Amino acid sequence: MTAKTKTKRSKAQTSGSHGKGKAPLLEVQNLKTYFYTDDGVLTAVDGVDFQVAEGEVFGLVGESGCGKSVTSLSIMRLVDPPGEIVDGRILLQGEDLLAKKLAEMTRVRGRQISMIFQQPKSSLNPVFTIAEQIIEVFKIHENISDEEAKASAIELLRRVGIPDPERKANAYPHELSGGQAQRVMIAMALALRPKLLIADEPTTALDATIQAQILDLMQDLRDATDTAVILITHDLGVIAELADRVAVMYAGKIVEESDTITLFDRPLHPYTQGLMGSIPVLGEAKERLEVIPGNVPSLINLKPGCRFASRCAARQEYGLEICERVEPDLIEMEAGHKVRCWLYQEYEGHTPPLRKGGGR
Amino acid sequence: MLQYIVRRLLLTIPVLLGILVVTFLIARAIPGDPCRSALGERATDAACEAFNRRMGLDQPVPVQLAIYMRQILLEGDFGDSIRYSRPVSLLLIERLPVTLELGVSALLIAILVGIPAGILSAVRRNSKVDVAAMVGANIGVSMPVYWLGLMLAYVFSIYLKDTPLWLPPSGRLTAGVIATPFYRVWDLSIAPGTVGAQVADFLSNLVLFNSLITGQWNVFSDGIKHLILPTVALSTIPLAIIARITRSSMLDVLGAEYVRTARAKGLRERAVVLKHALRNALLPIITVVGLQTGTLFAGAVLTETIFSFSGVGRALFDAITGRDYPVIQAFTVVIAIGYVAINLIVDICYAFIDPRIKIE
Repeated sequence: MTAKTKTKRSKAQTSGSHGKGKAPLLEVQNLKTYFYTDDGVLTAVDGVDFQVAEGEVFGLVGESGCGKSVTSLSIMRLVDPPGEIVDGRILLQGEDLLAKKLAEMTRVRGRQISMIFQQPKSSLNPVFTIAEQIIEVFKIHENISDEEAKASAIELLRRVGIPDPERKANAYPHELSGGQAQRVMIAMALALRPKLLIADEPTTALDATIQAQILDLMQDLRDATDTAVILITHDLGVIAELADRVAVMYAGKIVEESDTITLFDRPLHPYTQGLMGSIPVLGEAKERLEVIPGNVPSLINLKPGCRFASRCAARQEYGLEICERVEPDLIEMEAGHKVRCWLYQEYEGHTPPLRKGGGR
Repeated sequence: MLQYIVRRLLLTIPVLLGILVVTFLIARAIPGDPCRSALGERATDAACEAFNRRMGLDQPVPVQLAIYMRQILLEGDFGDSIRYSRPVSLLLIERLPVTLELGVSALLIAILVGIPAGILSAVRRNSKVDVAAMVGANIGVSMPVYWLGLMLAYVFSIYLKDTPLWLPPSGRLTAGVIATPFYRVWDLSIAPGTVGAQVADFLSNLVLFNSLITGQWNVFSDGIKHLILPTVALSTIPLAIIARITRSSMLDVLGAEYVRTARAKGLRERAVVLKHALRNALLPIITVVGLQTGTLFAGAVLTETIFSFSGVGRALFDAITGRDYPVIQAFTVVIAIGYVAINLIVDICYAFIDPRIKIE
């Protein structure tokens, strides 16, 4: 997976400033999505802010259960009950998606924002042919004849690298491999050239070799169409390969955000540092991979303070007590590099041990 | 496909032969004997001996079975009814159409009401509609057919007497309303005693069908009126069961990932439910529909008895109480054929609904 990292890095460097100056394509402000379970209120996404610029690949990383998928489903307004978006704004080119009526939202889905999922085979409807499922996207949003739609569907299948697309178009999802199914999902998602593609763990369920192919395909298509991508993954290798900027999520909050190069070079948050330490590096002999002790805390009845405090090695190292009392803010340490940690933030009587003049 | 159907049909032959043998033996295991039921007080020992000899009932049971099987397999003759001294086949031509109309209309009501009710319940899960539908379904399942039949007859025939809602409590047609067979209306000359004549008689005994094609509207509306109460009584249990299975099957499918994909494409909820979800939810539903035909025949015995319909169920009931062996046997086999046929249709439907099921 790290095969292409080198070439990608140089690209990320040039597009690092990509988003600056222009109005963002997508702006998520203080998004809160809670699940009202029988055991209590689960704060799956608890005040998330980020922006995605046009044509940018924005990575969202974190462990399972950190809220990254719920964030993406919230943007599409596809959170199922008992989940509910309780607060925040999601601005697509300045228009608040959360204020839209459901009928208006259906015109956004699939046309302006589309989505691909972790399990490509079960994300395709087993009783319809893949052509039928792609044609449907055209039929929903455009006034187009059956023949045109079919021709466009076959052309799309060709573009995403499905061999013999005329014949494969009439195949059913169970006749495809996982990689082919994900190609079909991508074809469907990009059919109407949406402004934003949300890819939720697009390669997690695939074999390593197929993962690389799918990542290459996404890269090529993004370069060709200039679609912005929100790439959700727990795999830092995938982020290194594709993303321009990254936000690291932990327990429903963003704990660090920066461009990809900076994040890999100088991770600030102890959680991010832990994630980096847990990646195996080719050619480097390690007795054991580092692990972050413990698990993501239950998001019901959270204790006050930093959500990572109980697992944080740095907190013990520096003997910080504020971590278990007060929640830190997401502060900007240097241009475009934000972190949420008491190692860097000042507070009544608390002097951050690692603050080196930056930030406000 | 055709090959599959032929093979399935061939496979039903041993099943039907087995049913013949089993019903033959069970009929003879019923305590009591045909002579005493038929002759009543006149059944002296001498009279019964003569009666049994005439009917061939003095032979040992295995010999009777052999004679019976030879009669059916070589001559296609179900024998004569002991009670009515008429060929069983004539009895079938009279009785089967009545049950067919009752059964088909009950099944149609069960499907046309049960499936939409189940869908609505699933879509509006935990709403008032859902609770009401499911409480209704539970009540429906728990109501014995004979009790419901009597209550319906009481309410609509006695309580609502002299109101426009009055419905007749018994019989297929009001006494005096006479349906002219279509072949007589159209002056078709059919040689009596031939297979063609038997088919024509069978068809003309379908009251609604016959009066509809010949435009005998008074007969048609009278036929419908007499059919309503028995149909409601008979359809209630299958309707409730179909509604419940539809709800649970739809709930399963609505949580599936391809349903999320369909929403993410921008499909409206109605299309998501009726196109993407329903087709996947249909398999368990039609399985239950197939199985419910068995319940329907069992219910037909009770319904026809309560509403004085001379159909298959009623004939079977009379035959059992009268120890009319040939009628018991023939009618049971006819019911078995109906059951096997419907389940064959269900299996063929599987292949049309779900491409993953290959029939070869």
